[in-house]
Amino acid sequence: MTYMPKVDRRSFVVGATAAGGGLALGLSLPSGGVTPVLAQDGTPEVNAWVVIRPDDTVVVRVARSEMGQGTLTGLCQMVAEELEADWSKVTWEYPTPGQSVARKRVWGDFSTGGSRGIRMSHEYVRKGGAAARMMLVQAAANEWKVPVGECAAANNVVTHKPSGRNLRYGQLAAAAAKLQAPDPKDIPLKDPKDWKIIGKSVKRLDTPDKVTGKQVYGFDIKLPGMLTAATMESPVHGGKVKSFDAAKVQGMPGVKKVMKLGDTGVAVVADTYWHAKTALDALPVTWDEGENAKVSSAAIAAWLKEGLDAEQAFVGNSNGDAKAAIAAAAKKHEAVYAYPYQNHVCMEPMNATARYTPEKCEVWVPTQDGEASFAALLAASGLPAEKCEVYKLHLGGGFGRRGAFQDYVRQAVLIAKEMPGTPVKVLWSREEDMLQGRFHPVMQCKLVGAFDKDNNLTGLHMRLSGQSILANVRPQVVDQNKGMDPLVFQGLMRAGNEHMFGYTIPNLLIDHSMRNPHILPGFWRGVNINQNCIFIECFMDELAEAAGKDALEFRRAVMSGNPKNVAVLNAVAEKIGWGKPAPQGVHRGLAHMHAFNAYVAAAAEVSVTNDKIKVHRIVAATDTGYAVNPAQIDRQVAGSFVYGLSALFYQECTVKDGRIEQTNFDTYNSMRIAEMPNVESIVMPSGGTVWGGVGEPTICVAAPAVLNAYYRATGKRIRSFPLKNHNIAFA
Amino acid sequence: MARLNINGTVRDVQIEDDTPLLWALREQVGLTGTKYGCGIAQCGACTVHIDGEAVRACSITVGSIKPEQKIVTIEGLSPDGSHPVQKAWVANDVPQCGYCQPGMIMAAAALLKQKPKPTDADIDANITNICRCGTFQQVREAIHAAANA
Repeated sequence: MTYMPKVDRRSFVVGATAAGGGLALGLSLPSGGVTPVLAQDGTPEVNAWVVIRPDDTVVVRVARSEMGQGTLTGLCQMVAEELEADWSKVTWEYPTPGQSVARKRVWGDFSTGGSRGIRMSHEYVRKGGAAARMMLVQAAANEWKVPVGECAAANNVVTHKPSGRNLRYGQLAAAAAKLQAPDPKDIPLKDPKDWKIIGKSVKRLDTPDKVTGKQVYGFDIKLPGMLTAATMESPVHGGKVKSFDAAKVQGMPGVKKVMKLGDTGVAVVADTYWHAKTALDALPVTWDEGENAKVSSAAIAAWLKEGLDAEQAFVGNSNGDAKAAIAAAAKKHEAVYAYPYQNHVCMEPMNATARYTPEKCEVWVPTQDGEASFAALLAASGLPAEKCEVYKLHLGGGFGRRGAFQDYVRQAVLIAKEMPGTPVKVLWSREEDMLQGRFHPVMQCKLVGAFDKDNNLTGLHMRLSGQSILANVRPQVVDQNKGMDPLVFQGLMRAGNEHMFGYTIPNLLIDHSMRNPHILPGFWRGVNINQNCIFIECFMDELAEAAGKDALEFRRAVMSGNPKNVAVLNAVAEKIGWGKPAPQGVHRGLAHMHAFNAYVAAAAEVSVTNDKIKVHRIVAATDTGYAVNPAQIDRQVAGSFVYGLSALFYQECTVKDGRIEQTNFDTYNSMRIAEMPNVESIVMPSGGTVWGGVGEPTICVAAPAVLNAYYRATGKRIRSFPLKNHNIAFA
Repeated sequence: MARLNINGTVRDVQIEDDTPLLWALREQVGLTGTKYGCGIAQCGACTVHIDGEAVRACSITVGSIKPEQKIVTIEGLSPDGSHPVQKAWVANDVPQCGYCQPGMIMAAAALLKQKPKPTDADIDANITNICRCGTFQQVREAIHAAANA
């Protein structure tokens, strides 16, 4: 096992803005002026964000990626709001990363992860819409030769108030496009109380093609003369190809090429995927699996267990003297929890399509970060930015697998380089997708709570031991933090952070003993809040019981400094009926968290018969500061519970002989409709200056709420996961 | 070579008999609305109708399908998205990423043909497709809405 991974600073990475923050790409940006680009239908733009066609259709440019989370519609709502657009005329297009580089990143960050899509771009996208509106109004004033102050915009129309004259946006766009754009400093934004489109549950813009089969995902793209490749990387991460016998499969139907993929993989290129996959399955390959060839889950678990009591650990949060408080305690309570590896299992497995000539290399890819795809394309092709382009496609799920990790882009470009001019589509089988994941890291946690003689909580030590994602993926961030991975402490961090610990405890120590096995870790929807919320919120229930107190009252007593945490917890407690009798045989549990700058809580009602759990309902509260589209927030909350509860009940990737054992849904299950609880979502934006994320935060509260309810039903504390390992199942 | 009746048209598909229907539909016929998710009949993303029954196209070979058997894919469910299930899906804003939804819609349409007014228990028993985005709450609402349309 590798203690610390090799620090692999790829040349294009020049820094990261923050833990889990946007990747800063060292792409050289052009100096001097930049040329506006035409819309994909040829219409000139008003500004980078807005194109208006003569028929009044408003095309909003969206840099972030749509993968189901609804950010596309939300971002369009924000541009349309300030544009004073007619929502029924709004549509959208993706600008390309190549255009972004050529225009000095006019659209900002393309990265769509960390629940950042809306919360990190709301201001500049609204200003983009407002600037376009100001230019349209100015164009109308110029046309009428009247002061601009006498003109107003609404619903795609500019009106000269004194005379009542009107001009439609479609009539003004060409003249507006020629005007000087206003200085971003001089663009006022609307007061939220005047919003007409933001805050409304408008329908998604991307639904119709998704119900007819017309929506083109990466798997579906077809280019003239295209071939398809099936690939296999070393099943032991870090292993290399020793040899393969191409002659054995070269004569099989449709096979065009059998090749090595860098040092670590093999590919079969054929006329169709089915032919490529059939030949790849028959291809004899021997691997040099390296030093990790014998690693097992048991060995990893033993190594992490040592870390629970190791002397050296990185301190993520502390106050007072927790160890002294524990030593002096009238009563102590201790527990150890463990969380497994998990795969994202996007419904659409990884894929990318590339076409290479020495003059131009193009990639079509479902990606959470068009710029990261672009950087991977540059690195693999060896071509300069002006000869490269990435075309983003809708994603069949992302969940963190398709952002920082662009291994499929690299594969597609490496293969396409071997057959210049021929487009090659690389498709992964589910089995390859399972083995080559970027896994939710393993983590164990030992918690010790200290009480005085009056059962007041005087101290808490929370020791994490396990794998760092950033040590592997953003080593420069770990270097900047003197070896610590700050992201490990999501939801446990000091006040003022976007992943803040919700409790005020007199003596607190939260630290991390880093143990990095060779299994490649990644950002998995919610990232480290998944395990951290189970650890702290189940343990708070344990402490409440040890103190003989109600789980809600016990929490509230140590939350006085965090009124927004209290507010979401109160909201779910009230709606679930906490403190009132539950229906016969029904038991309740609750949990809360602050992460991605959102305050979230859940309360669950379950009944248990012979270790079959029926989750009847989960009430969820979300305070994201502002709610751009409440109906889509409801869907993200309910959907995140499916993702989180699938993990709780079913999902674990185990390691044997250095490789992941689970290869498909038969050994790595996911929830079905029969197991779906009724989710009642409370969207409770409290305003202020901070916008919270939506896609990830709530994922973490479902599992501890259900576990705490399960305990009340059975008297059994489950501290290792998934539940299937304890023969606990959905009813 | 296989002779297949797909969405009302009989075609001779030039492919080995042991090719799964899923890949013949996607790669020989060019109907990419039917999705690959697992290849082992677990996830249901490839659900199509054969003689009105929901079938997982990844796990049936073209050689085992008779020319007179009627195969319907998401593209053939309606010419313009006007099938009651498709309309209910749009009205309830069901899809998130949407990748599993053609299979989900085909499974729902087959259920409604069999049971025009399904109960929640009927839905639980018959809709076994995986959706990683977790659209189940809207799927259930939309099936009931389509039944009552």
